[in-house]
Amino acid sequence: MDINIQGISKSYGFQKAVDNISFEVKTGEIVGFLGPNGAGKTTTMKMITGYLDMDGGDILIGGKSVRSDETKKYIGYLPEHNPLYHEMPVLEYLEFAAAIQGVPKNAIPEKVRKMVKVCGLDVEKHKTIGELSKGYRQRVGLAQALIHDPEILILDEPTTGLDPNQIIEIRELIKDIGKQKTVILSTHILPEVEATCDRILIINKGRIVADGTADSLRTQAQGKQILKIRIEGKIEPSKALESIKTLDTVEEAMILDPESLKFEVHSKADTTANRSIFEWCVDNKLVLAEMIPFETKLEDIFHNLTMN
Amino acid sequence: MSATWIIAKRELNANFDSLTAYIVLVLFLGFTGYFTWFGGSDIFFRKQADLAVFFAVAKWTLFFFIPAITMRQFAEERRTGTIELLLTKNVSERQVVLGKFLASFLIVAIALAFTIPFYISVSVLGKVDHGAILMGYLGLLLLSAAYISIGLFASSLTANQIVAFLLALFIGIFFHFLFDVMAAGTTGWLANVLQMLSVSAHFDSIARGVVDSKDLIFFFSVVVLGLLLAEYNLIKKR
Repeated sequence: MDINIQGISKSYGFQKAVDNISFEVKTGEIVGFLGPNGAGKTTTMKMITGYLDMDGGDILIGGKSVRSDETKKYIGYLPEHNPLYHEMPVLEYLEFAAAIQGVPKNAIPEKVRKMVKVCGLDVEKHKTIGELSKGYRQRVGLAQALIHDPEILILDEPTTGLDPNQIIEIRELIKDIGKQKTVILSTHILPEVEATCDRILIINKGRIVADGTADSLRTQAQGKQILKIRIEGKIEPSKALESIKTLDTVEEAMILDPESLKFEVHSKADTTANRSIFEWCVDNKLVLAEMIPFETKLEDIFHNLTMN
Repeated sequence: MSATWIIAKRELNANFDSLTAYIVLVLFLGFTGYFTWFGGSDIFFRKQADLAVFFAVAKWTLFFFIPAITMRQFAEERRTGTIELLLTKNVSERQVVLGKFLASFLIVAIALAFTIPFYISVSVLGKVDHGAILMGYLGLLLLSAAYISIGLFASSLTANQIVAFLLALFIGIFFHFLFDVMAAGTTGWLANVLQMLSVSAHFDSIARGVVDSKDLIFFFSVVVLGLLLAEYNLIKKR
């Protein structure tokens, strides 16, 4: 089921939280929502779930507007602070969540059992939610979102409060679920988006400032390929540098370390210098000991896009 | 199972798990029991086989206890944020409001059911007017429904339970006796209107054993209006 967001806006008083955002998410896509605090991530997610009203624009889920309330049954939602009924036992709460989402009564025990297993709640299932640690509460939150097998999953910071092992487990779980479903998740943790998401949306001050895969964002940000190379053999560093600069595909080159013959090579736009550097080494009877493509960190892209 | 009933069931469980329901039950039975059987002007003092004292005391006890039951219903969900999770489930605001109304009404009905032994005792002691007692209970149920509706409306306005409680009492006190007092102080059409708005006046008329359609319409209107306003407060999402 696709999500189609068409020019939605939302203001709190004079402050524009979301400013004319449009994008589309297709079935099987896991979209990571990235942005600084107060960028409008949570507001956008709340509008998709139908909890918040939009000032303008519309959101279509499987062709139906979220204003109609008919879309609620397709959505599994984990809100930001994972609000749960703390006085309820885990199993009772999951039964409630299933029943209220319209799971038929005879199918409820099976669904609950499945969720307890999938979310690793077996040890804690008889406790009340208030007695659980934060990580286990997060699992209960995830379980209640998934219990009716929704087509669409909206997860607002799903891994907060989890330990590193749990984070990996939950990521794997989301990836697994995301194969057949449409998932939007928000996070502050940049490696997390790279690890789980097919596509990244960076949002700043209520607007989308970047949209694409981690790789495409990188090339977009740096424009051209950068290589770090190390060669072995008898050659003067300055001579080697002159020689590299004359190659067709190389725009710029510089010496990083004359002792160990390390260079940085910038390819010309839309080309890669890998092959010509390799051939140059062979022609000059040199050994190409290292060739590392330099990756702009997602952190830097994020920083550049959201600080201006 | 309809969503309304699922919500009502959860709400009932929450009330009994958190002991509020038990406390309300014990206090209600304690108060009404004491004044009906032991307090200065009790049944033995009056030497009449009726439950007039019980109905008068219950009327006041419910007036204070119902806001205590309803105060948390929306306020607590707002404070903890669970209201967001609830409203993004496959339920309408109306089903949520009705579910909570049903749960509160059932708690009051359970409390009243525990006073049936009073009725049995009195009927053993003397010749009772069964119709009047039945009407008295009907009156209490209608009065409770009206105050629950007001209490839910108050709870839907705030995230603070104490504010919800006091607000429900504040609104309730007008219906409970201020309209009566004001009606006594005025004359003409205004007095009539104020008298018409008094829950006590309508309750007393039913408890006397006369059920007028005007009384039923009054209680029905208060309940519907309160619930619609509560629903509106849930829908109005800023």
